[in-house]
Amino acid sequence: MSLINSFIKFDLNETTRKSIAEYLWIGGSGKDLRSKARTLPEPVTDPAKLPLWNFDGSSTDQAPGDDSEVILRPQAVFRDPFRGGSNILVMCDTYTPAGDPIPTNKRFNADKIFNHPDVAAEEPWFGIEQEYTLLQKDTRWPLGWPVGGFPGPQGPYYCGVGADKSFGRDIVDAHYKACLYAGINISGINGEVMPAQWEFQVGPATGISAGDQLWVARYILERITEIAGVVLSFDPKPIPGDWNGAGAHTNYSTKSMRNDGGINVIRKAIEKLGLRHKQHIAAYGEGNDRRLTGRHETADINSFSWGVANRGASIRVGRDTEKAGKGYFEDRRPASNMDPYVVTSMIAETTILWKP
Amino acid sequence: MSLLNDLVNLNLCDVTEKVIAEYIWIGGSGMDMRSKARTLPGPESNPSKLPKWNYDGSSTEQATGDNSEVIIYPQAIFRDPFRRGRNMLVMCDTYTPTGDPIPTNKRFIADKIFSHPDVVAEEPWYGIEQEYTLFQKDTKWPLGWPVGGFPAPQGPYYCGVGSDKAFGRDIVDAHYKACLFAGINISGINGEVMPGQWEFQVGPVTGISSGDQVWMARYILERITEIAGAVLSFDPKPVLGDWNGAGAHTNYSTKSMRNDGGIEVINEAIEKLSKRHKEHIAAYGKGNERRLTGLHETADINTFSWGVANRGASVRVGRDTEKEGKGYFEDRRPSSNMDPYVVTSMIAETTILWKP
Repeated sequence: MSLINSFIKFDLNETTRKSIAEYLWIGGSGKDLRSKARTLPEPVTDPAKLPLWNFDGSSTDQAPGDDSEVILRPQAVFRDPFRGGSNILVMCDTYTPAGDPIPTNKRFNADKIFNHPDVAAEEPWFGIEQEYTLLQKDTRWPLGWPVGGFPGPQGPYYCGVGADKSFGRDIVDAHYKACLYAGINISGINGEVMPAQWEFQVGPATGISAGDQLWVARYILERITEIAGVVLSFDPKPIPGDWNGAGAHTNYSTKSMRNDGGINVIRKAIEKLGLRHKQHIAAYGEGNDRRLTGRHETADINSFSWGVANRGASIRVGRDTEKAGKGYFEDRRPASNMDPYVVTSMIAETTILWKP
Repeated sequence: MSLLNDLVNLNLCDVTEKVIAEYIWIGGSGMDMRSKARTLPGPESNPSKLPKWNYDGSSTEQATGDNSEVIIYPQAIFRDPFRRGRNMLVMCDTYTPTGDPIPTNKRFIADKIFSHPDVVAEEPWYGIEQEYTLFQKDTKWPLGWPVGGFPAPQGPYYCGVGSDKAFGRDIVDAHYKACLFAGINISGINGEVMPGQWEFQVGPVTGISSGDQVWMARYILERITEIAGAVLSFDPKPVLGDWNGAGAHTNYSTKSMRNDGGIEVINEAIEKLSKRHKEHIAAYGKGNERRLTGLHETADINTFSWGVANRGASVRVGRDTEKEGKGYFEDRRPSSNMDPYVVTSMIAETTILWKP
């Protein structure tokens, strides 16, 4: 294995100016990430300077066999933590050969919203808390759980330490550094309430960049679980019963909310969100009804509520924000399998553009 | 796995100024340690310059769900032996949002005692001998013991060497170096009388810092046992019968005790401790009655006694100290699961501040 690894880690800089670019895109389910690599004649860091590419959409449920080319447009570049050197990861979105976004391309619409002058002026910041569960590869049972049984009840696992409380930390720590290396603004990690469940946070990131960074962070995580021989799940309620679900709480602020008097802007924004609760919920991730039960630190899916420091509400405002009279708030409704392009742009659209 | 380790060990110093800070606190039971990490813009060596943070106290039995934020204040910084580089481990204590210490925060009271001018003037030094037992993960039986049975009786294991006598040395040695790297004043290690049981010593350390360093050493140990797949126990009597318990003997001296004529000050201090035996025992760790039986190098829990070189006494004065007429003494009563903040400050309070 060590010989293979030494090839993987080979530093080509002394031999050639060529670099490798791994093009990433979201597949037909809206949740599956795909990628393939190509050689570039020399290092590139600007996505606008990268060539368009294409892939076989009939293999990803994104095009019919007789007209199968889907075009990849590079949108964001990150350093490749697996190949090192001047090699890159490239986040792309997907188009027909005629230049139209294909139906599963949610970034296109999000980008339009973020480019609206009213939205751009408000500099919307997002901090997304991505939860996920690690599963044993062959049994699909959570990592560290006894096969055919359950660990002791929730309590000791949140931020826990020790072989009987923390399962998979090496994956989490490898991911943290890999994302920092790649240039993703990963702001922290913690062990979650359900054993084998973890969380990382990306942000603050402005506008469309939040979605780009979160999708690439998910890609890096799945590459790392692949190395570790463990399966990654973004299911919002992986185990029914007295076990927490997995969410993607989205923290949000605009320029007005961050300035003095922002707390009033925050209240108005929360009010608008309350008026569009059903529309947001419909876009906040499949299977969320199994997770948003009103128990396990969630709010019931059918009711909208908010509160300061209240983890049982749909929206939580932190004590810091309340005290300072400005800041940000946390939308706790999105599920772990949400599409960050959809969620971030919808929050911006409802709170900045929509008139009730 | 080596690819995974490469990512875990990635050196980010060339790529970014950012550092990762692992914030560590004590949870609701008073013994469970919790931690989570955040990214900071650059290195910092002064804990008062690190940002305060918060966590979900409703998941650690330290707050209710509708008012769940507990604030953590950085108190001591150590180098992170797991992430290395400029990354850090931060020992914190816990407060309500209004700035009051929560009930499980024992450091706050200890810090008040150690800040008292009479105590400060005496420069109290502590050397704590932390014993602990290693367990197999799934059977909850001591490491190296045959499942369903027992090893040969105690005798060969104390400071022993060989695969039939020393179980888990790699954990102990990894911990020793990791603590030295972190900046903890770890002064030694040894294999204990019961097989699978070990000891490390932290000290001499002055005042509140002793508690900070012992807690951080415990955290590092549990991170290492997590990596090794063994379970760490601080139970004072892990196996009933003719097997030693686990203690946290606390060696103590003040400036007056270390100076000429100190032996008189030591005698007075021991006398004061004898008058508050019940109060100290109540604070010296849960389950200590299973350990302090008068057998296995302990003094019976109900009687206070002291002697030179006497391991069957509550307090032992070393022959060196007796000979030189100055030095320190050893309180052998605390159990392995004691809280060092409580024990160190109580010894200082009784011997320096309390008037009988």
